[in-house]
Amino acid sequence: MGETTLNGFGAKPARPSGIRGVATDWASDQRAFKSASWGKAMMWIFLLSDTFIFSCFLLAYMTARSSTTVPWPNASEVFALHMFGADIPLILIAIMTFVLISSSGTMAMAVNFAYRKNKGATVALLLATAALGATFVGMQAFEWTKLITEGVRPWGNPWGAPQFGATFFMITGFHGTHVSFGVLFLLIVARKVWRGEYDRGDRGFFTSRPGDYEHVETMGLYWHFVDLVWVFIFAFFYLW
Amino acid sequence: MASHAEQPHRKYSQTAIAEHAEGQQHPIRIYLVVWFWLFVLSACSYLVDYVGFEGYLRWSLILTFMILKAGLIVAVFMHMVWERLALVYAILLPPIAVLVFVAIMAIESDYTALTRMTSFVGGG
Repeated sequence: MGETTLNGFGAKPARPSGIRGVATDWASDQRAFKSASWGKAMMWIFLLSDTFIFSCFLLAYMTARSSTTVPWPNASEVFALHMFGADIPLILIAIMTFVLISSSGTMAMAVNFAYRKNKGATVALLLATAALGATFVGMQAFEWTKLITEGVRPWGNPWGAPQFGATFFMITGFHGTHVSFGVLFLLIVARKVWRGEYDRGDRGFFTSRPGDYEHVETMGLYWHFVDLVWVFIFAFFYLW
Repeated sequence: MASHAEQPHRKYSQTAIAEHAEGQQHPIRIYLVVWFWLFVLSACSYLVDYVGFEGYLRWSLILTFMILKAGLIVAVFMHMVWERLALVYAILLPPIAVLVFVAIMAIESDYTALTRMTSFVGGG
């Protein structure tokens, strides 16, 4: 085990894999997650709790939609945009999906370049991720404005079941908030990389733990999760 | 598994060295390939709506593309395939409880819809 060697990078005996590996990892002393630092493990556990929050929102939506006797508004028409002389169904949502996937791609590359200690590329990719995230939130603000002017409210709408508005504002609003905070933290991490705080191991303002390029990967986990949640919202709320 | 790059840092504590050895380092190419497939799968799920498939064909296609996309993001972008099973199980098994909840609420909402249709046909 890595922890038992004196200098931290001596020869390590191979750990068992498979179910036996799970048993030995959980039964070992000090830490169960041998391949993840505490920071990464904590981010994963936070994301698991966030999974339950978004699951409950989508579950509430499923329950409302399948128990109402009033027809559910057709998302394909509600979210259509009039472009180039024709109504294109769901086009704004499709563009938002591509924007968010692109931001996930740039984030994955940023993590990779961070571990290579390539500061310039890391900062550029983190800023690109933040810009794409901000674009996503901007398009969501446009979508909200459009629906509100068309008369969608949490308690009713012109097209069908009144629960449509409540579900829409709650789910997309919560997701948009996640994206917004992600953009904020992307900018903070980009600034830290730019100033070389992860090279020097400067202590963070919040946890006072030494900075490390691994923070970029932890940031990436959060950002990919936001993209992951959008995959489910896109499938269940917009396409279903 | 060429994922665990080890880089000695003399000024860091032993814990920091142990943590640093856990960095995920993979070729750029794999991210680009996954990125490409996420684009293709998103385009496919959009086409399901654009073409106008209905019923079970529509729902099964939506679910298939959704699961493939989610799997790619978690496995490669979030590096889950390179983590040890102790973490993978700790994170991926609890959401099974959500599926049980889905089953319970599906039955419950069907019952609610049924009582609404039988008892409130005249508008309550």
